[in-house]
Amino acid sequence: MAKGTVEIDTARCKGCELCVVACPTDVLALGKEVNGKGYHFATMVKPDECIGCASCGYVCPDACITVYKQK
Amino acid sequence: MENIKKSENIVFEKPRLINDTPMHYCPGCTHGVAHNLIASVIDEMGLAETTIGIAPVGCAVFAYKYVDIDWIEAAHGRAPAVATAVKRLSPDKMVFTYQGDGDLAAIGTAETIHACNRGENIAIIYINNAIYGMTGGQMSPTTIVDMKTATCPYGRNVALNGYPLKITDILVPLEGTCLVTRESAHTVAAIKRTKKMIRKAFENSLAGKGTSIVEIVSTCTAGWKMTADQANKWMVENLFPAYPPGTLKDI
Amino acid sequence: MAEETRLLKGNEAIAHAAIRYGADGYFGYPITPQSEIMETLMDEQPWETTGMVVLQAESEVAAINMVYGGAGCGKKCMTSSSSPGISLKQEGISYLAGTELPALIVNVMRGGPGLGTIQPGQADYFQAVKGGGHGDYRVLTLAPASAQEMADHVALGFDLAFKYRNPAMILADGLIGQLMEKVTLAPQKPRRTEAEIRKECPWAALGKPADRAPNIHTSLELDPTVCEQHNLRFQAKYKAAEENEQRYEELCCEDAEYLIVAFGAAARISQKVVETARKEGVKVGLFRPITLWPYPITRLNTYKNKVKGILTVELNAGQMIEDVKLAVECKVPVAFCGRMGGSIPTPQEVYDALKELSLRV
Repeated sequence: MAKGTVEIDTARCKGCELCVVACPTDVLALGKEVNGKGYHFATMVKPDECIGCASCGYVCPDACITVYKQK
Repeated sequence: MENIKKSENIVFEKPRLINDTPMHYCPGCTHGVAHNLIASVIDEMGLAETTIGIAPVGCAVFAYKYVDIDWIEAAHGRAPAVATAVKRLSPDKMVFTYQGDGDLAAIGTAETIHACNRGENIAIIYINNAIYGMTGGQMSPTTIVDMKTATCPYGRNVALNGYPLKITDILVPLEGTCLVTRESAHTVAAIKRTKKMIRKAFENSLAGKGTSIVEIVSTCTAGWKMTADQANKWMVENLFPAYPPGTLKDI
Repeated sequence: MAEETRLLKGNEAIAHAAIRYGADGYFGYPITPQSEIMETLMDEQPWETTGMVVLQAESEVAAINMVYGGAGCGKKCMTSSSSPGISLKQEGISYLAGTELPALIVNVMRGGPGLGTIQPGQADYFQAVKGGGHGDYRVLTLAPASAQEMADHVALGFDLAFKYRNPAMILADGLIGQLMEKVTLAPQKPRRTEAEIRKECPWAALGKPADRAPNIHTSLELDPTVCEQHNLRFQAKYKAAEENEQRYEELCCEDAEYLIVAFGAAARISQKVVETARKEGVKVGLFRPITLWPYPITRLNTYKNKVKGILTVELNAGQMIEDVKLAVECKVPVAFCGRMGGSIPTPQEVYDALKELSLRV
C-alpha cells in the first residue's frame, strides 16, 4: 500500500525528467504518450512505491506536481 | 491510492501565486524552480499585495507572466536602479530584482554595485548560468575558462576574453550589503536552502538592513546543449569550482 | 509654503517649482550647465518637508531608470541633465514612451556634438522633437524662455505627462538655465497619498490587491500584430496631443510683414530685434513656440499668406526651420540665422539677417 501519491498536470509538464531523477523510490518515468506540446510527460510507473516525500514537486521547474501523503 | 488524494493530504502543490500560464522556459530550466521559490516565499510571508518585482532582460524577461504580483520590466541591466526608486518612494513595499548574469554582471555592473553600495533595502535574485540564454547561448561575463559558447566556440580564452567575473565576491566588502550568498537549485536539499535564503533576503529588506543578494548557480539546457540532469551534473563538476555555493556574508 | 516671489536662476526655479508642485522624486547626475537643479534640491532637503525623494545617481543612465521605476508606481518623478547626459537617457525615455509612463525630463542644452562646450546651445531640437531614442514615439516638449517659465513648465510638464501617460521634456538652454530673474513660485501643493495614486492611476504598480489583475509595465511584445496595436494606440494619443496642446506666444504679430520664429534664448534675443526694427519702421513680429512638440503648426500656418518672409533664429545649424517650413507649407520664404557650438547671435546679427531677407522677397 502506497504511503503517498502524486498528481501531474500533464499539460504543463515538459518532460525534463528532473522529477524522475529526484524520486528516491523510482516511482516516476516519462510515458509513451505526448501532451499538446508534444512532450512525453511524467507518469507514475510504480505507484505503490510512492512515499509522498515531495522531492519531485520541489525539483519540478514547471510546478506540475501535486503531492499527497497519507497522514 | 485515490483515497489519499484529499486536500488535507496535500504536502506539495503549485505555489498559489504561480498562475496557469505555461512557462516559456526550456524543459528543466532553473528559472522555473527560482520562480516557484520566490512565489512561495512572497505568499508565506503574506506579501502578495505589497511586493513589486523588477524583471530583467534575458530569458526571465517574462517572469511577470508567471508570478501574480505587480511588476516593472527594466531595461537590460537597470533593474537595481529601477528597484532603488520603487523602494525609496514606497519604503513599506517589498521590492526585489530578478536578474541573470549578462544583465547583472555585464551591462548592469554599475547599477548592481552602486545599489549594493548605497545599501538599498532590496533583494537581488541573481541567476548565474554562465551564458546568455535568450539570445542563443553567447559568452557571458561568468562563462568559465575553456567553456564553449556561440561567441567563444573554441572555449573562453583568457587572453582574448579575460576571466570569469565573480561579481558576488565583489559585493561582499561593500558596506551596504547585509546578505551575500551563493546557492543552487539542483537537489531538494539545495532548493530548500535556497528558499530559506530568499526568505532571509526578503526579511532583511523589510527590516531595512541593506541589500541582500542571493546568487543561484543555474543551468541552461539549451545553451549548454544538455539534458536537465546532465546539465545539473555538469554544473556541479564545472561551475561549482568557480562559483562554490555557500554564504559569503550574513550580518 | 505660500506664493512667493524670489530672484532665482532658471535652474533654481525648476528645483523650487518641483518641490512646490508636490513632485515625489528627483534622480540626477551632475553636468554643467544644469547642476544647480540638484544642488538646490539637496540644499532644500524636501524629504524633511514634503517627503520628496532626491537622489544623486551613479550615472544619467541609472537616473532615468530610477525615474522609470518611480513612474511605474504612479509617482511624479523627474530628472535633469544637459545634452551629453540626455543622449545617455534616450534608452530610458524610449522605455517610458513604450510603457506609457509619465515623467518629466529637463534638458538644459549646451553646444555639441560630443562633449561640445558648456555654453548654451539648441542643437538637441531634433533629438527632442523627432524621437531621440529608438521606436516610433514622441515626447511632449516645452521650451521655456524665462526663469518664470522654467518654474511654470514643471507643473505644465507633469500635468501633460500624466494626461497623456507619456514622457514630457523641458527643453531649455544654458542661457535660460543660468539667467537670474524674478520668479513667482506657486504655493505648496501636497504630494499625493498612496490611496490617491491608486485612485487616479489605477495602472500604478504599488502592490496587487486581491481584487485586480497584476499591474505590469513592459514594452516587450513579441507578437507583431499586438505590438502594432500598441503603436496604433500611441499614435492616436500623439494625434490627440497635436490637436489639443499646441502652445505659443505672439509679440507684435497683428500687423507684421515679417515674422521671426524662435524659442528659448534665441527668442529673448529676437525680442530685442523686434523692438529695434519696430523703432525703425520695419513691421516685424515674434512668434515663439512654447510647445516644440506638438509644434504650433495650426497658428503658424495662418501666416503663410500674411507675411512676406519668415526668419527662424536658433542656437544650432538650423533644425526647427524644417518645422517652420512645413507649418507654412513653403508658401512664404523662410530664412535662417543661427550660431553653433555655444555661440549666441547678437541682436545686430539677427537684425542684419532680417534685412537681408527683406531685400530678397
